[in-house]
Amino acid sequence: MFAYYLELALRSLRRSPGLTALMVLTIGFGVAASMTTYSVFRAVSGDPIPWKSSQLFVPQIDMWGPNGRSSDGEPPNAMDYNDAITLMRDHRAKLQSAMYQISPSIVPADASKHPINVSGHAVYSEFFPMLDVPFLYGSGWSADDDTQRAAVVVISSKLNQKLFGGSNSVGKTVNVEGKDYRVVGVLNDWNPQPRFFDVVNSGGFSTGVEDVFLPFQRAIAVGLPNDGNTNCNAVPAESGFVGLQHSACVWIAYMAELDDAAAVTAYKQYLDGYARDLQQSGHFGWAPNNRLRDLPAWLDNQHVVPSDTKVSLLVALGLLLACLVNTAGLLLAKFLRRSSEIGVRRALGAPRLAIYAQFLTEAGIIGLAGGVLGLLLTGVGVASVGWVLPKDIAALARVNFSLLMLTLLVAVIATTLAGLYPTFRASRVQPAWQLKSN
Amino acid sequence: MTLHPILAALRKHKAGVVLISLQIALTLAIVCNAVFIIGQRIERVNRPTGLDENDLFLVNQQWVGAPSGDDPAGVEKLDVMQREDLAALRNLPDVASVAPSNSLPLLNSSWDGSLSLKPADQLAKGNPRTAYYFTDEQAFATLGLHLVAGRAFNAGDVQHQGARDQRDRPVVIVTQALADKLFPQGNAVGKVIYSDGSSAPSTIIGVVARLQTPSTGSFGSDFAWYSTLVPTRLDANFSRYVVRAKPGRRDAAMHAVPAALYAVNSMRVLDEDEGVKSFAVIRTMAYRADVGMAILMGVVCLILLCVTAAGIVGLTSFWVGQRHRQIGVRRALGARKIDILHYFQIENLLIAGVGVVLGVLLAVGLNIWLMTHYEMTRIPLLYVATGVLAMLAIGQAAVFVPARRASNVPPVVATRSV
Repeated sequence: MFAYYLELALRSLRRSPGLTALMVLTIGFGVAASMTTYSVFRAVSGDPIPWKSSQLFVPQIDMWGPNGRSSDGEPPNAMDYNDAITLMRDHRAKLQSAMYQISPSIVPADASKHPINVSGHAVYSEFFPMLDVPFLYGSGWSADDDTQRAAVVVISSKLNQKLFGGSNSVGKTVNVEGKDYRVVGVLNDWNPQPRFFDVVNSGGFSTGVEDVFLPFQRAIAVGLPNDGNTNCNAVPAESGFVGLQHSACVWIAYMAELDDAAAVTAYKQYLDGYARDLQQSGHFGWAPNNRLRDLPAWLDNQHVVPSDTKVSLLVALGLLLACLVNTAGLLLAKFLRRSSEIGVRRALGAPRLAIYAQFLTEAGIIGLAGGVLGLLLTGVGVASVGWVLPKDIAALARVNFSLLMLTLLVAVIATTLAGLYPTFRASRVQPAWQLKSN
Repeated sequence: MTLHPILAALRKHKAGVVLISLQIALTLAIVCNAVFIIGQRIERVNRPTGLDENDLFLVNQQWVGAPSGDDPAGVEKLDVMQREDLAALRNLPDVASVAPSNSLPLLNSSWDGSLSLKPADQLAKGNPRTAYYFTDEQAFATLGLHLVAGRAFNAGDVQHQGARDQRDRPVVIVTQALADKLFPQGNAVGKVIYSDGSSAPSTIIGVVARLQTPSTGSFGSDFAWYSTLVPTRLDANFSRYVVRAKPGRRDAAMHAVPAALYAVNSMRVLDEDEGVKSFAVIRTMAYRADVGMAILMGVVCLILLCVTAAGIVGLTSFWVGQRHRQIGVRRALGARKIDILHYFQIENLLIAGVGVVLGVLLAVGLNIWLMTHYEMTRIPLLYVATGVLAMLAIGQAAVFVPARRASNVPPVVATRSV
């Protein structure tokens, strides 16, 4: 029976090629616009570490009090040195790391080459197992290296390629900011987007690669300054990078792994207890106002998905809706024009269900054709976002199998939905009336 | 011609009428808001920074193994290195002038603070926020700033300090916008202000017409024009130099910079992409997202308008075909071609009229929704009114071809049985 409806539908579509083309174009453009914006939205709203994001938490401590809170009562979105160090020392989570952004220079061994600038983070040893950072060679450093402020470094595969031609460089030496560091690990392409461990400084997305990771205490000891944001509620009393460490300015990101609800509750109690102690000792003149968000909630709180992306998706969905309304109107006119044909079929004994099947098949075919056109246009669209959107975001939008399938599915389902009301009207055609009038 | 027959005919195909008005409503709502977004972005991209942007470029470099700048000796050493760089750059044949600066408008890297009329005032207590430009006496010539009152910096005003230090700022220059905010009565020159909760006074010695702050994000939007110029070189392991090339010699000057700086001291990082950057590139990068959004909205509008116009053509053509015989009857009964044309035009006007009324409500609703969820402002009535007129015009344009075909139906059709 389906083959028969298919034939009927194709014949009907051939009868008015202009109208058919119009409907296919409408669906094609509508779906392509939505899918192109969706591909960008999907890229920027994705979970960077889906297998673990619900176990990763970002603590916030209200060290500035009421005057330093944002208008919605939020404490600062980073930590000062003192709090970060205390939290690291107390070590209440399974894994945790304080971190700050660095931008040291690397001096190539080849004296004829100019020094280069790299970006990275100063972190603790638990950073690597906590974030399941993949290694190509070697591994992260040990907790002992943390305490001994060892001159060790983890480098990216890109930097490894640049400095050592991609060979196993573990045990070799890299000159960072004029001092020698021993390579303990080389990362296997690791470029999570958004840069979830430090969204405050990366702004979420980044075209660059994290090239170096140094032990946090080592970086502090050699005075490697932070390259990220520094926010102060009061001017630091002392000068320089050391003065910053003694101040209440916030510049350190922090992340902790808490595996179950009990651990989360315990950690929250620990944070509140820490703030209450500071209140009782007179350091804080206010009640604890801490936050402990898991990674998805934190990314949402920090507005990592640009509002432009959301507005674009919304507008494109509106466009798709308008295209569907348009298609529904055209299908309605088309179907009702065939009232006499429907009348004959009904009079010859076709049930309403058969009319539904016939006309929804026709709508589905238009949807499929629109979908195929939509696929091509989505390909063009995703390729051209690179020209118009900021590079860090555009680079993430990709065409893949699931996007293509979704495009087809959306086109067919949406067109069939648009065909529902016209089909309903067609199925209501009174056979007797149609036969009489002819 | 009375409306009655048109209304009676429309009642016969309610669903089609509802769908096409709904489509016009949706189109109007989306196009109004999209065009409003485009307008806002264009306005944003076109606002002048206050700089003379031609022939301007920025040098961004970092020394390797330089002192940290945390101790006074280190600061002095760094300052010597910075002055050597400045001298080398000022000596280049294609360079007109050079000034050190911690940032530039649109660079999105800033040192922000707040200014108060009272000493030792708390930060962020209703005092205007400001972004500081730490520079020297060549800032005016280099940036192309326009002084409206007082005097520019002279060499005697210029101090230096470690980049993370807090030092008294005896003299500053502010923008007109900031001067008006601090001293609504005017005459800011000679007045005293206190920066960042300090108890050391700063005297305003001059006012510049306009100078945008470095931040283009929403965070900096409420103090976008509140810049403060401080005659101080910041000393750190990195430095930025703003260079004005001689007219038309920007590219040659940019090309000469790396060799000149490496000749002074080769132990430095001068990134291939970021090291020497023209202001035109800085501007493009800063507004890329805005331009992209405007293009995206423009494409959506274009598709939507084409779809809607094509939809009107398609549906009206169908109706014309459907009423072929009735048109023939009307013609046979004495209706002129122009009457048939007008019939379809008025019919379209009625449908589009219902659509735009609904569309105005939807447009305003969408705008309010965007205002509550995202950073949008209220859509001016002019946009909506223009949208309404444009929608009606598009409807009329789209209906013209099928309507003319209808008017060409010969009266003899009435006598034929279909």
